[in-house]
Amino acid sequence: MDILSLSLIVAKVVVIFAGLMLMVAYMTLFERRIVAFIQGRKGPNRVGPQGLLQPLADALKLLSKEDVTPAGANKIIFNLAPVITFVPALLTIAVVPVADNLILFGREISMVISDINIGILFILAIASLGVYGIILGGWSSNSKYPLLGSLRSSAQMVSYEVALGLALVGLLMVSGSFSLSEIVHQQSSILEWNIIKQPLGFVLFAICALAESNRIPFDLPEAEAELVGGYNTEFSGIKFAMFFMAEYANIIASSAVITTLYFGGWQGPILPPIVWFLIKVVFFLFGFVWVRATLPRFRYDQLMRFGWLVLLPLALLNILITGIVLVL
Amino acid sequence: MISLPIINFSVIYPEIIILVTAIAVLIADLFIKGDRRAPISLIALAGIIMAAFAIHAQWGANVSGFSGAIIVDNYALLFKYIFLVGALLTLFLSVWYLQREELFSGEYFFFILISIVGMMILSSSNELITAFLGLEIMSIPLYLLAGFDKGKLRSNEAALKYLLMGAFASGFLIYGIAFIYGSMGTTNFDEIVRALSSDSLDTDPLILIGISMIVIGFAFKTAFVPFHSWVPDVYTGAPTPVTAFFSIAPKAAGFAILFRLLTVAFSPIFVNLSTMLWVLAVLTMSVGNLIALTQRNIKRMLAYSSIAHAGYILVSLAIGTSKGTEAGLFYLLAYTAMNAGAFGMVILLGHKGEDDLTISSYGGLSRRHPVAAATMSLFMFSLAGIPPTAGFIGKFNIFSNAISAGFIWLAIIGVINSVISVYYYLRVIITMYMKPEADSVTTVTYPPSLLVAIILAAWGTLHIGLFPNGWLLFIRESVVGLYQAL
Amino acid sequence: MHLILFIIFAVFCIAGAILVIVLRSPVASAISLIFVMCAIAGLFALVGALFVAALQVIVYAGAVMVLFLFVIMLLNIKEELITTDEKRLTRYLGSALGLAFVLEIAYFVRRGLAFGSSSLYLPVPKEFASIELISTGIFTKYLLAFEMTSILLLVAIVGAIMLARGKGRRDT
Repeated sequence: MDILSLSLIVAKVVVIFAGLMLMVAYMTLFERRIVAFIQGRKGPNRVGPQGLLQPLADALKLLSKEDVTPAGANKIIFNLAPVITFVPALLTIAVVPVADNLILFGREISMVISDINIGILFILAIASLGVYGIILGGWSSNSKYPLLGSLRSSAQMVSYEVALGLALVGLLMVSGSFSLSEIVHQQSSILEWNIIKQPLGFVLFAICALAESNRIPFDLPEAEAELVGGYNTEFSGIKFAMFFMAEYANIIASSAVITTLYFGGWQGPILPPIVWFLIKVVFFLFGFVWVRATLPRFRYDQLMRFGWLVLLPLALLNILITGIVLVL
Repeated sequence: MISLPIINFSVIYPEIIILVTAIAVLIADLFIKGDRRAPISLIALAGIIMAAFAIHAQWGANVSGFSGAIIVDNYALLFKYIFLVGALLTLFLSVWYLQREELFSGEYFFFILISIVGMMILSSSNELITAFLGLEIMSIPLYLLAGFDKGKLRSNEAALKYLLMGAFASGFLIYGIAFIYGSMGTTNFDEIVRALSSDSLDTDPLILIGISMIVIGFAFKTAFVPFHSWVPDVYTGAPTPVTAFFSIAPKAAGFAILFRLLTVAFSPIFVNLSTMLWVLAVLTMSVGNLIALTQRNIKRMLAYSSIAHAGYILVSLAIGTSKGTEAGLFYLLAYTAMNAGAFGMVILLGHKGEDDLTISSYGGLSRRHPVAAATMSLFMFSLAGIPPTAGFIGKFNIFSNAISAGFIWLAIIGVINSVISVYYYLRVIITMYMKPEADSVTTVTYPPSLLVAIILAAWGTLHIGLFPNGWLLFIRESVVGLYQAL
Repeated sequence: MHLILFIIFAVFCIAGAILVIVLRSPVASAISLIFVMCAIAGLFALVGALFVAALQVIVYAGAVMVLFLFVIMLLNIKEELITTDEKRLTRYLGSALGLAFVLEIAYFVRRGLAFGSSSLYLPVPKEFASIELISTGIFTKYLLAFEMTSILLLVAIVGAIMLARGKGRRDT
């Protein structure tokens, strides 16, 4: 491996993660402004023009807060938990192609950090690791609300992962590939988008992705009305910030994955690929926020019943239908 | 697109029949409620009989299917008969017991049947992965059956112990398979025997460690010493018909695969393995018998005795010839009959809750229930190896074959062991005939289903003992094909 | 590069496995086990078996261990309770036997390498453990084994329900 390609990889990593972090920061502002708009309020608009410096102020505030560790907490795990949550949240984006291959100085540069041929499985694997931070965070706090929150979250995430995986099977049958770049290349025109071929699969995937990110209406692990703040109740300062950022990074990653799998990724006319990609991602981010602002929270038994008795059979039905259509 | 291979389902008809029956039992259990559930056992019975007919129809075949994963020959079919007989006897032993202990439910029969499916696959597997899966399909229902009496702590303990030990053994087995695959590049028995030569162990020592670990894995299931530590607690804690099933069917299944694996697939290097089996046989016989001497609980005594009996069959495995295999199979048949009978008597003489199963509770049985005492004596005589019972012919066969194959010391140790074993079997008989009556008076009822099982077992014990020739021919017919290719 | 990664993963793997046994807190043991699973996935990925690596993470690290942790937390076992003196002998004996076993395997592998006939020397095939190879195998050569696992799962499900369904006997 020569120096050039090595530095290229490093450059890709830096650029994509910097972009992701920037999006995470402004996602907070974006969400607050949108929710405020839906609720007929103004939202944060004082720090900087239109509140654009608000994320910076938030970050400064969280960094300067006292870092409290509850008595009786398992210190190592308590400190480790936010990191365990944060890292998987960032990793997903590594296999998502953000634009078409770029020809630069005679070299073809793929606009994805790691174009592995099992991209979809990588995403599933990372998603399945994300739950640990929440479980361990809740457990190590030595406090009952966080523990309840983490138990809820582990049960919920394991349940919805099954449907998530099965929802993707239909897509895999249609595309015949696990590679995200390959899947994007197949969706060159709007009629070939996978949303057309897999409408049910898309709906299931989107719901499960929402559930995996622990947001309303699936935010039982942190339901503030019952559990104070759920698994992150006892965390403060930078650790709390990490949980918070992980959640937003997850939402962005989910939007990016949905875009890539079902909406043609960076494919689009006239505008450069990266712009198309960002437009689509932002559209889904808006969707996430919209859902949050309008839907009430599930009750826990409803959540479980919905996961196992509605989503799972539908996912299996989707596979069956896809199989029948493919054979015919 | 993958081109699918031609699938010859006919090779696994008996397995399919039992599997379908098991699922039918489960579904029937869903719809039949309360005390009217007794017919569920009839479904299981019908399935077993149908499977027996399917095996009968396959008799004499020598075909393999599923890309060589499964082979149907008389050897496998004989074992399938043994499993079905084991299941049948267990069925008859169970019905009344389950009602007495208020445990009757469809899952019980489901587990028994699925376990039988696993054993059948194990006996006809011609490939290590299939064998492993067969073993697991056999074992998981067994773990559950051991803990079937959920209200009882002993039963829970038995299930947990069995599960942990079994999982540990499976770990050994799969590790061994990995070594074999790593060094030979195949898991198929036919390919293994082709790839091996008598000096294979010198050129590739990994084969030795692989096969040793596989033997350890199966040794846990068939309870060879020193892999027997789970046996006494599991046998004592599990419901008695389940214990009877444990001592018959899984043991036979373990031997089915061991005979095929060691004396056929690994036949080129069998000489090197024989020593290991020799040691295992001596340990298994001796430890089983010596500890059985001190047992007061009848189920525990029978547990150790079943270990010792596995030791006798190991002697025939150590011989490694076609004759040895015949002797081992014959003993297995005899053992099935007499052990099922002995456990049947334990069930018959027990009472609800089974808190008192000491041998001394049989005191004075001959005066109150002479027939029961006589039947129990028959099974004890047979287990001890006293003529004219099945146990005698079986042991005679094994030891005479061992001597003619040059395993003189093994035969001598075996004979000494069976002399030791006479002591504890006779103690049961002496208690029944000569000791005063126990304080707790055993009231004996004679439920018909249990009687069927005991009569069948008694008939088998006597018939094999008195007219062994027909049985010997039957076994020769089933073993002869196994060694033809070698 | 490969060698460095291999050493890192191998050290993680072995150290994690030792920690699983040595650590006294069940949660810490479980976390160590997760590390072992991830390290094994890393080893798989190193030999090019990305598919197996992903499955390793999804199934073991992602699903099985979550349930482990879940159960440990529900039971709330704080510290290992049984470490009395009588157990110490078995503990030492067990460690000694385990060590002997490891050395035995190491010896045999070493001997196998010395003779050089073992396929341990063979390079990993290019399409090693790819999705295509595995799925072709499942539907052709190992079809029966694949179908048999479904029986296994069925029994496990029925068994789990049987065990979970209350202590009392069914009265309906």
